[in-house]
Amino acid sequence: MKVNSTRKWASLIPLVLLLAGLLLAACGKQVSGTVTVAGSTTVQPLAELLADEFTGQNPDVEVTVSGGGTSVGITSVSNGTVDIGAASRELKSDEPALVEHLLARDGIAVVVAPGNPVTGLSKVQVRDIFGGVIGNWKDVGGPDHAINVVVRESGSGTRTAFEEMVMAKPEPAVALASTALEQNSNGGVKQVVGGDSYAIGFISFGYIDGTVKALSIDGVAATADSARNGTYPIVRPLYFLTKAEPEGLVKEFIEFCLGEEGQAIVAEEGYISVD
Amino acid sequence: MRKRYLIDRGSRGVLLVCATVSVAVLLAIAVFIFKESLSAFGEIGLLDFLLGTKWDPNPVGDASPSYGILVMIVGTVLVTMGALIIAIPLGLGCAVLLADVAPHRFRQLLRPAVELLVGIPSVVYGLVGLVLIVPLIRQIGGPGLSLAAGIIVLAAMIMPTIVSISEDSIKAVPRAYREGALALGATRWQAIWRVVLPAARSGIAASIVLGMGRAVGEAMAMVMVVGMAKAMPNSPLDPARPMAPSIALETNYASGTHLSALFAIGVVLFLFIVILNSVAIVVFKRGARA
Repeated sequence: MKVNSTRKWASLIPLVLLLAGLLLAACGKQVSGTVTVAGSTTVQPLAELLADEFTGQNPDVEVTVSGGGTSVGITSVSNGTVDIGAASRELKSDEPALVEHLLARDGIAVVVAPGNPVTGLSKVQVRDIFGGVIGNWKDVGGPDHAINVVVRESGSGTRTAFEEMVMAKPEPAVALASTALEQNSNGGVKQVVGGDSYAIGFISFGYIDGTVKALSIDGVAATADSARNGTYPIVRPLYFLTKAEPEGLVKEFIEFCLGEEGQAIVAEEGYISVD
Repeated sequence: MRKRYLIDRGSRGVLLVCATVSVAVLLAIAVFIFKESLSAFGEIGLLDFLLGTKWDPNPVGDASPSYGILVMIVGTVLVTMGALIIAIPLGLGCAVLLADVAPHRFRQLLRPAVELLVGIPSVVYGLVGLVLIVPLIRQIGGPGLSLAAGIIVLAAMIMPTIVSISEDSIKAVPRAYREGALALGATRWQAIWRVVLPAARSGIAASIVLGMGRAVGEAMAMVMVVGMAKAMPNSPLDPARPMAPSIALETNYASGTHLSALFAIGVVLFLFIVILNSVAIVVFKRGARA
């Protein structure tokens, strides 16, 4: 009985060694742990895809991505609630100093319903329409009908970026029209604009699909190429933010996102990759 | 004997704890929203807050933020009144039909349907409104997302509440009242309108106040259909911006004074509901005495 049992154990030794070896090898390459990301809803879908790919390659890692908005991302990373904050605009001077990792660039498209005959506007016309100065499509080459302006809610990163790049340039800044409809997501704006032939709105490039038509601005079509080469005028940065220089797993994840594989996903999703 | 006594005392204690918890939760919520709103009230000033017509927490350029919620108060009052004007006659009619007029078979079919309607989540009402009602209103004029759309969706949401509670109170009117009226030569309609409905009025009033409470507090469905523009509405086809959906729309991104101002809207909403409930209690008491 005793002999038998010893033999049994002895036969397990190679298996144990093999497992230990595998484990050691794994430790060399693979990593484990949790990374938390929160912030901009523009970055969220992209961050989720990057997280999926990263966890696919490193099964012991868990990356949780949540939204909340740029401001939430900034506060939660600076108070340590999450490892990485996501921002879809430049940090303001009164916000805490954080380490910025440029993840991608994102164009903001001015969109109308597919049936709208207007195909392009000048940046000044866009500003006048969203500011309530131009109120009828016939003034910009469309049908004789009132323009239904759709914007994002106060505090949204997309709204702030649009205000800074379109409404505030050139000075003096024009406020968005108070009669504008407000939606609290890119998807909401897309749905309202897609269903109303006389509506106009703005959404992130990543959300453009067949339900809306992106207008060309100053004659430049809203494509990833025109945004990359600098001719499309409404482009903003998307950042991953960390409290200090990232270390360990967080560093691995950010490096993955900024690296070749991550940037391939960025480009695939309609955002503009960074070199 | 002793054991039974202990169980009796013990269960009393458990019930007391349950009651205390619900009161404590209410108190905690009240204290919390009041506390969070203090800095906004201090910074903005009560009158500027309540009577200001401009709401712009993050203005573009160098302009300073403005926090006036008059448009929101007007929005809440308009959608609530509008919804009640539609839902009260329809709901009462349906309740009378269910309680008094309809044949048994029909009632068995309709009653569960109404009860099911009470339980449908508001986001579903919003979605149906967005897909069905908003395009219809857009055909009449304006952007579709409008006061009118909000009123119709809210009316549909509160009608089931009005129907089911009114029906219960109409049914609770003693048979003798009805029979007495009919015996005196009243027609069926006269019996319902002059005798049964007045006798059931406290329950009917309660159903209306409950419906009103739901209308005032509804956020999700409203965000989807009412348009949320910051300008004062001039016609039912214009978008509006009631209080509850304004909180829902902006909390995600709010911080500092903006967030505190949203809590201050919550305080105003809280007071609205407290006043409504007090009215309901008074109505109840008067009904009970009569």
